[in-house]
Amino acid sequence: MSDIQFSHVQTAHCESGVISNIFRHYGLHISEPMAFGIGAGIFFGHLPFIKVNGVPGTTYRIWPGAIFQRVCKRLGVKMQSQNFSTPEKAMLELDRVLEKGTPVGLLSSVYYLPYLPAAYRFHFNAHNILAFGKNGDNYQISDPVMDHVTEIDPKSLAEARFAKGFPAPKGKMYYALSVPEQVSLQKPIKEGIEQSCHYMLKLRLPMFGVSGIRYLAKRLKHYPEKVGERKAVLYLGNIIRMQEEIGTGGAGFRFMYAAFLQEAADLLKRDELGVLSQDLTRVGDLWRNFAFNAGRVCKNRAVNNMSYGELSEMLMQCAAEEELIFRRLSKVKL
Amino acid sequence: MKKEEVPQDGNNMHEGTFKQLFYATDNEGKYVPVTSVGWEPENVAMQQAWEEVHARMEKARQQVLSGEISPISYYMEKNLMDLALLASYVSKFQWQVKRHMKPAVFKNLSERTLQRYAAAFKITIDELKHIKG
Repeated sequence: MSDIQFSHVQTAHCESGVISNIFRHYGLHISEPMAFGIGAGIFFGHLPFIKVNGVPGTTYRIWPGAIFQRVCKRLGVKMQSQNFSTPEKAMLELDRVLEKGTPVGLLSSVYYLPYLPAAYRFHFNAHNILAFGKNGDNYQISDPVMDHVTEIDPKSLAEARFAKGFPAPKGKMYYALSVPEQVSLQKPIKEGIEQSCHYMLKLRLPMFGVSGIRYLAKRLKHYPEKVGERKAVLYLGNIIRMQEEIGTGGAGFRFMYAAFLQEAADLLKRDELGVLSQDLTRVGDLWRNFAFNAGRVCKNRAVNNMSYGELSEMLMQCAAEEELIFRRLSKVKL
Repeated sequence: MKKEEVPQDGNNMHEGTFKQLFYATDNEGKYVPVTSVGWEPENVAMQQAWEEVHARMEKARQQVLSGEISPISYYMEKNLMDLALLASYVSKFQWQVKRHMKPAVFKNLSERTLQRYAAAFKITIDELKHIKG
């Protein structure tokens, strides 16, 4: 049994969760919402051309890895990150670093993580977990979405680290080289907020940010006549899952971002951020309402086109509200 | 979302061992983490995704039994893979995998190629050749 002490805290999302858990190990306390906010994790994107199992992709967050990079850069944390050509090399290097008592972040495919419930094990390759020691041959794992630490056998771990597909993790592992004990969060928060506002409002592509929500709304309205009822229901189901499945903290990360704004308001003594947090919470509730009604459409299958029109209207409202919030947020002087 | 409104609609998708975390507000409007065993709309969407998987598996199984396609198609569905993913697991081009899905081609595949597929699906060559009827 390894004697490394590791304090594991369950989080909603794997990337911001691993960041928070690694930093805490080195005495730097950054909550999950704070990591998510500084890393400008909030986003929206709808990509009908990129299909996962024949269903168009929708995302409520920035692409995998971006939060991590940005947080490390903004807080001045130095990380070592490596990819490997073979599982043997990857596992040897993992053992070497673990021996020194360093917790190691690993990119993995949930399909090969036996400790997760079977229903959640699709081929999703961008799941972050932390290894913090060994127990015999098995690795001790802190998976941020679990409420307790767990173990995994070396064979499954090697498979998870070398899953194929997109993006291929290629055994990616990362660990901290130096973590500052005290940081001022004022500038990182400011930069994170500015970046989020930019991504939500200013990308000149219709699929992303607030325009992306409208883009989805327009397409969703015509699902039944365009792709048929059976597929329309699957498309809708996927939107719900991306929004509410494990990892988002509810309402497609909107509540997590609202929690960040609240924490930032207290920290920087800016009441405007507190008000914006409350308003974003209300938009989160709108999203939840959308998911609730979309779930009913899915359940009753035989539906009239009317309900798709109504769902589309709800998304339009989410878009309008979010646009106002991020415009106000971009004007707050920090 | 208020703390009290965090849904607790279990349907055993989490197998009773697993709770997910939500951020919700307490009485003073302060955000706190709250665990949940599930929410109806997400459960419905998840169940539906699995029903789709099972329907595709069953369709492939029937087609294998009637000799229209090779068992590779069936195991691909069973392992939640698509053509691109399977091709990268067996280090082949997609058109090659597609060809191997023809029963006439499958019949003449070398042991080595069969072994690659079996490894990708984590089964034996025997299981690969004979799916359960």
